[in-house]
Amino acid sequence: MMYDWLTEFTGSEIIAALIQGWLPLLLFVLPFVLVAVLAERKVSAHMQDRLGPMRVGYHGILQTIADLLKLLQKEDIIASANDKKLFNLAPLLVFAGSYAAFAAIPFSGAFIGSQIELGLIYIVAVTGLVVAGILMAGWASNNKYSLLGAMRAAAQIISYEIPTLLIILTVIMITGTVNLYTLSEMQTGYFWNWMIFGGPEFGLQKFLLIPFMMMGFLVIFISMLAEVNRTPFDIPEAESELVSGFHTEYSGMKFAMFFLAEYANMFAVSAIIAIMFFGGFQSPFGYLGNSLGWEWLVPFEQFFWFTVKGLFFIFVQMWLRWTLPRFRVDQLMAFCWKYMIPFAFVILILVGLITVL
Amino acid sequence: MALKTEEMVLNMGPQHPSTHGVLRLELKLEGEIISDVIPHIGYLHRCFEKHTEAMTYPQVIPYTDRMDYLAAMYNEFGYALAVERLMGIEVPERVEYIRVIMGELQRIASHLVALGTYGADIGAFTPFLYCFRDRERILHLFEICCGARLLYNYIWIGGVSHDLHPDFIRLTKEFIKDFRPNIKELNDLLSYNQIFIDRTANVAVLPKDTAVNYGITGPNLRASGVKWDLRKDDPYSIYDKFDYEIPVGSGERGKTGDCWDRYIIRVREMEESLKIIEQAIEQIPDGDVTSAIPKRVKPPAGQIYTRVENPRGELGYFIISDGSLYPYRIKVRAPSFVNLAIMGELSKGWMVADVVAILGSIDIVLGEIDR
Repeated sequence: MMYDWLTEFTGSEIIAALIQGWLPLLLFVLPFVLVAVLAERKVSAHMQDRLGPMRVGYHGILQTIADLLKLLQKEDIIASANDKKLFNLAPLLVFAGSYAAFAAIPFSGAFIGSQIELGLIYIVAVTGLVVAGILMAGWASNNKYSLLGAMRAAAQIISYEIPTLLIILTVIMITGTVNLYTLSEMQTGYFWNWMIFGGPEFGLQKFLLIPFMMMGFLVIFISMLAEVNRTPFDIPEAESELVSGFHTEYSGMKFAMFFLAEYANMFAVSAIIAIMFFGGFQSPFGYLGNSLGWEWLVPFEQFFWFTVKGLFFIFVQMWLRWTLPRFRVDQLMAFCWKYMIPFAFVILILVGLITVL
Repeated sequence: MALKTEEMVLNMGPQHPSTHGVLRLELKLEGEIISDVIPHIGYLHRCFEKHTEAMTYPQVIPYTDRMDYLAAMYNEFGYALAVERLMGIEVPERVEYIRVIMGELQRIASHLVALGTYGADIGAFTPFLYCFRDRERILHLFEICCGARLLYNYIWIGGVSHDLHPDFIRLTKEFIKDFRPNIKELNDLLSYNQIFIDRTANVAVLPKDTAVNYGITGPNLRASGVKWDLRKDDPYSIYDKFDYEIPVGSGERGKTGDCWDRYIIRVREMEESLKIIEQAIEQIPDGDVTSAIPKRVKPPAGQIYTRVENPRGELGYFIISDGSLYPYRIKVRAPSFVNLAIMGELSKGWMVADVVAILGSIDIVLGEIDR
């Protein structure tokens, strides 16, 4: 929709594609990270009886901008024993991997980077780039802590991709599509059409599906938490053990790239969960634009709802982070292989039987 | 053909977030499994024992503060007790009460740091700040009495430097009232959290006999099931006047003497300390607190060993006097130093992440180890 409009406006498909590629970054990811970093600090502070940043701007709202400026000015330290090529490439790869996921995410009916048919699978595949980046960073740093962190991260992310994919498969079985836009459009109307409440089709199947969808949501939420290295699965960067894991040796903007990627990832995860289970950009109860007859308002409303859902799951992630302790690396793997994967398989098989009904 | 493998040597510290100061641990790793741990100490060595030989007895007190800086009151307490016994000074009863109240408040403050940082080591950062919030109130109580928050120079030979602040009793009662629910909050948030239990229960079990053989004292020994507390077993000051329990590890969530036991013992000791403080502030008599402070501290020639139950274990002062104004020799038996010796034995076969959990559960203070 937007692509067509842009092509018409600029008169060139190449320029349109370029603009469309940059839009999510400039319009969404960067402002979002600025807000999210501050939000994380404020949320954690208020959970811990503190105030958090208070100096820069009213209640510290400009703190992240100040931090970013500081990071930009910092010296880019590269130790002589680092593998320079890999060391410089790693943050780019990590950031590219997590940013590429945004291409397929429909922010609203009109604002979507690319309507690729294999949306969900594409996101899972492209975020796999992050693992390579992390391994590269750990190896090129030539630091034992970084290496340990990178090894842990690789093992963890690859293991937890399995339950994630199994749950994605379950959803595919019900909906028959992996196109994120179609997936969101299917769940239109009211909130009981969301996948977590059994999907849009009304009947016996819907009620049978509800418990499995809820369990599936839990499984995928937990495994996605593990994939983006958030507490209680933040073992790769376990501060108290590995200092800060694979990005210990990075400073300045390269560190900021990892940081940016982490928050971008957090939103990507929340977005995928929102699309798969909570109706994506669909409003839970109709649109103001439709009832007033203002068609142009609907995409904005959809954007609003999408952001609200995403931010809610980000808040949950922060909440968990500041409440729970951290697993040990072997416990984490045991949790994945002994509980999450069998559980996901059971859900997959039972949901398969239900859909056959 | 077998793949050639070799051990990785990982230096943990002296500047590492969770070595609790400037300890350096040399870890020998097979993958992530520890095959050996060698602690290297001495980064904070300040020649305390040698310094004391050039100072008069009262001048030593501020130096004792700087040993276990998280339990400065108790260091002074032990030192004052040793010199008083050497000189045969009887201190007024009010002073004894003040010392016990301060000592137990200090025990709570010290345990709060231990528990909070332990939570942070395991990855839960919030309990750390909750603990420090409560510790802050204890530091305020100390501050109104002696003006200092960390290094007090409050307990002097034969007395204390100032009487209690007029508000002290009221504020302490308020603190106790507010602190009890906070212990419950800590338990809900951290102690009985399943992830926390998974991380600490059954990890690095310290059997009774090994603990005794290594000379472990304090909460670490009691967690292994040995009921040994100098406040009960070798009573000093007026500890025999109060009614309190000595908590002992029982392996509630795993085996007796695991990291979780060492952790929970400290939580329970805080509750017992609260009981002691409550009784002491009810019974405290009036009187002068400085009347027994000698003008010149000149003990007769001789030697004495005095030990007290510091928050970390048995703190002993061995003092040799040659009859002059200066001690001939002061030797300190620092509980953290002795407790640290178990580190290598406990960590073998565990993972890198466990080293942090084990070190935190032993609860060392580097100021005391290096002196």
